[in-house]
Amino acid sequence: MIELAIRVLGFSTVGFVGLIFLFLLREGIPFFFEVPIDNVFGTRWYPTFDLFGTWPLILGSILVTVTAIIIALPLGVATAVFVREVAPGWAREILKPMIEVLAGIPSVVLGFFGMTVIAPYIRTSLGAPTGLTAFTGALILAYMSLPTIISVAEDALDAVPKSYRDAGLAMGATEWQTIWRVVVPAARSGIVTAVMLGMGRAIGETMAVMMVTGNAARMPLSVDSLFRPVRTMTATVAAEMGEVAQGAVHYHALFGIGIILFVLTFAINLAAASTIFQKRRKGGLR
Amino acid sequence: MDRYLAQKIGFVVLGLMALVVVVPILLVIGTVVIRGIGAIDWTFLTQMPRDGMKAGGIFPAIVGTLLLTLGTALAAIPVGVGGAIYLAEYAKDNWLTRAIRLAIINLAGIPSVVYGLFGLGLFVLFLNFGTSIVAGSLTLAIMTLPIIISAAEEALRAVPTEFRTVSASLGGTRWQGIRRVVLPQALPGIITGVILGLLRAAGETAPILFTVAAFYLPRLPRSIFDQTMALPYHLFVISTQVPGMPTQVQYGTALVLLALVLSMNLVATIIRSYFRRRRQW
Repeated sequence: MIELAIRVLGFSTVGFVGLIFLFLLREGIPFFFEVPIDNVFGTRWYPTFDLFGTWPLILGSILVTVTAIIIALPLGVATAVFVREVAPGWAREILKPMIEVLAGIPSVVLGFFGMTVIAPYIRTSLGAPTGLTAFTGALILAYMSLPTIISVAEDALDAVPKSYRDAGLAMGATEWQTIWRVVVPAARSGIVTAVMLGMGRAIGETMAVMMVTGNAARMPLSVDSLFRPVRTMTATVAAEMGEVAQGAVHYHALFGIGIILFVLTFAINLAAASTIFQKRRKGGLR
Repeated sequence: MDRYLAQKIGFVVLGLMALVVVVPILLVIGTVVIRGIGAIDWTFLTQMPRDGMKAGGIFPAIVGTLLLTLGTALAAIPVGVGGAIYLAEYAKDNWLTRAIRLAIINLAGIPSVVYGLFGLGLFVLFLNFGTSIVAGSLTLAIMTLPIIISAAEEALRAVPTEFRTVSASLGGTRWQGIRRVVLPQALPGIITGVILGLLRAAGETAPILFTVAAFYLPRLPRSIFDQTMALPYHLFVISTQVPGMPTQVQYGTALVLLALVLSMNLVATIIRSYFRRRRQW
């Protein structure tokens, strides 16, 4: 009896993923029929004028996410290498809990900090009209994805067999050369997984991004886009859902963005998961 | 270049980058504490907000967040721990198990705002719970599941096989072995995972935006089908939607939220390290 219940609970996660997708489709699919497809993939998002172009939002999300990863990747990998390979015990004892604390800070608190401390600083140092820019968002997103990147990269480094290190050192290489030329390259695919999971985390972040990116739905195509306001898909849903009537085109449009977000993150996580599964079968995540 | 010099430089650079990661964390916490501590007094913690939230306290938001966290715990713990027991003790290595693992990875990756949309679609509208504590808690619970399942499964798997073998050799059924031997041994790890999941739920804003959160509701919720204020949403509201908000009230609210979440984090860390040291195997 209990064993049956446990079996059902085990399968429930699959059911939840299905339910989530089903309800997104139920409320979001009408959007793709109610609005002509060239409007859906247009370049202007002005729901008041029935303009539902999702490109500025998609590109906004991509701009912020990619910039965040460019910032977070070197920091995250370096920190993971430092913690695993170099740091003395006491430094590790400080670093690990600090990174856990970072993972626990609510995104709305980081967004608030970004608004009140980072944005004014960016505005004065750039001489820009506003500090609420794509870059401000990317900076905060970088730190929000760091815990994910660091912990997955650490696991990857951990899985590199000790014999690799021994071989490096026995060849007369210094510890540094061994780390840089043997251990990190051996952990390469694990680091790629770390980056993908970090990216999935960053593209789905909502509150902090909404609070610091300025939320201007424009195509981020010019060179200085990074230092101008931008609007992401997540921020659009969060900001506008409160104002729409259930069943309106705009309502369906926001669920439509939800579908795009779901499919995007699903694809990213699927890719990350497949590398994890492969490595597990070969014995050890690397 | 001398390769030992190169090594020194390399290690220093790595250390500096780790510093670049850590210092901003301290900066955020330090800023919130220093600017917010002045707002914290008995009135702030126990009174209803007044004057368009510019004065008075944040009591209903604190209660709301505690209620939502409790509701999340009630829904997520049985499902999460049950799912973990299945994966750790029963699941065979077949396509179904792989599907479950894939589902967990994906649940962990779904954007928080998409959980909000889902909660609105299923709990608020389809099941007709309205914007309510039930709808919000259930939405947060599903979001929390992957964290709880992963942590609980890891804790269960860490219990050595001998424990199960001995239980079986004494004539216990599989479930008796799990219930009386394996679960108690894995409990500290499971509790740690549950707390880490719940602190995520307590701090989230996007999933409760459309499912439960009230902009301004200076009273306590009357039932589980009532709306409620909540700390993270309240911080969002007073920092972006209300012009002329006193900075100290904003930082005070941020501090209360941060203190709540970080103290949960601390409890989880203490439980983990205490039991790790005491463990006999």
